[in-house]
Amino acid sequence: MRRVVITGMGVFSSTGKNRDPFFQSLVQGRSGVRTISQFDSSSLSIKIAAEIADYNPEDYFPSKRLDVLDKFAQFALIAAREAMASSGIAIREEERPRFGVVMGSGMGGAGSYDAGYHNLYAKQATRLHPFTIPRIMHNAATSHICMEFGAQGPALATATACSSSGHAIGEAFHLIKFGLADVMLAGGADAPITYGVMRCWEAVRVLSSGNGNPATACRPFSADRRGMVIGEGSGVLLLEELDHATRRGAKIYAELAGFGMSSDASHITQPTVDGPARAIRMALDEAGHRPEEVDYINAHGTGTRLNDSTETQVIKAVFKDHARKVAISSTKSMHGHMMGATGAAELVATVMALERGVIPPTANYTQPDPECDLDYVPNQAREKPIRVALSNSFAFGGLNAVLLVRRWG
Amino acid sequence: MDAGEKVMEIIAREQHLDPSKVTMDATFAELGIDSLDGVNILFALEEEFKIDIPDAVAQNMKSVRQVVDSLTRVLEGKDVSDLAAMAKGGTPAVSN
Repeated sequence: MRRVVITGMGVFSSTGKNRDPFFQSLVQGRSGVRTISQFDSSSLSIKIAAEIADYNPEDYFPSKRLDVLDKFAQFALIAAREAMASSGIAIREEERPRFGVVMGSGMGGAGSYDAGYHNLYAKQATRLHPFTIPRIMHNAATSHICMEFGAQGPALATATACSSSGHAIGEAFHLIKFGLADVMLAGGADAPITYGVMRCWEAVRVLSSGNGNPATACRPFSADRRGMVIGEGSGVLLLEELDHATRRGAKIYAELAGFGMSSDASHITQPTVDGPARAIRMALDEAGHRPEEVDYINAHGTGTRLNDSTETQVIKAVFKDHARKVAISSTKSMHGHMMGATGAAELVATVMALERGVIPPTANYTQPDPECDLDYVPNQAREKPIRVALSNSFAFGGLNAVLLVRRWG
Repeated sequence: MDAGEKVMEIIAREQHLDPSKVTMDATFAELGIDSLDGVNILFALEEEFKIDIPDAVAQNMKSVRQVVDSLTRVLEGKDVSDLAAMAKGGTPAVSN
């Protein structure tokens, strides 16, 4: 059986513009949540988000190229560049058909939709810019990455809301494992901090307002949690077939050993216990691990009342007595809910935790909740050797993706 | 038409229910109103009465009577902070 290893990683987020500062911030418990600055948010009831500070697209792209790049595709390319550079890989011409890309996005080119329709409806324009379609399409991120790096193999986009990049990485993993590709870039990107999208989320009544203190707005598993915080950014990992990586002497960050996916088939917004539990068991089964071998779970942990109590029940259902021993943390407490990018950014955090033996904490944890009574690594990072770790993604619509990584060597 | 009747009418309309089923004493559970339906009903009420119902107050609305009571107080411009306090630990609209 072909094995798949992670040999490159990139992140672009509110807590760091590449993977080292990203992980450092998480370990130090530093939040990227702040008052929205990219548009006038004063009329919103939710004025905060995990926004990337001082983002200047011209630092990354020539202006001609920016014309066809929505912000989500820009973010995707920035993280993909870091993933490629960190891997040291050079793809030979003849390898290109075996090199592919899977990127997830929940919202696609939301900002371009917003701007275009504002012109159409509010300003009574009768024409939209001809680049609108190439900017908004969900597969734009995948396609631009393929073009920049010459990936000519299997390439597709996933759109499963909050699980988009979990599914993207899982699908890319299986494409390599089952022989359809040797090297894949996989992850996700989203740029949902727009006036229109924030209004949509506001209406669902699941966002935390922060009450004047953005940094402490997202409090997963804490009794005083008040909801989630929208984030933006990207995460991309380079996945490589083991022999391919070994032959070129690649640095291996971790083995990607299991992927579970399931559907709740229950409700469009309320999660079940059974659906996510089945996804975790699938990931364990594929990797050949027993529940008690898992040392760390990077939780979905959104900070809503229902997600966090349900996820706690899920972990208890799968892990039984071990549920109280496994370390669990939600890094969304700091980088926010990065939507279609969140699973990828969280997998990078999980792999870095495993590599370095340091678990990033659940920030802003203030009081225990009887419905959330496990070890959430509150507020302080913890040194602990990790051999096996999980990254959970549970989406609106009941579509679940769970990834299992294992320490290499 | 008083606020109570209007609330019952809106709930029946939004839930596609026979209006005779929507009584003052009915709970959301009895009417099959789940959390997402609840958010939709709140939105209809906000549109109808041109008001904002704060999230913390919204979380406390689990029956027709609770909706009418809370709404009446919001309409009268009364302090609703005690309702918000009661809602502490309440169930949220949705998850994920």
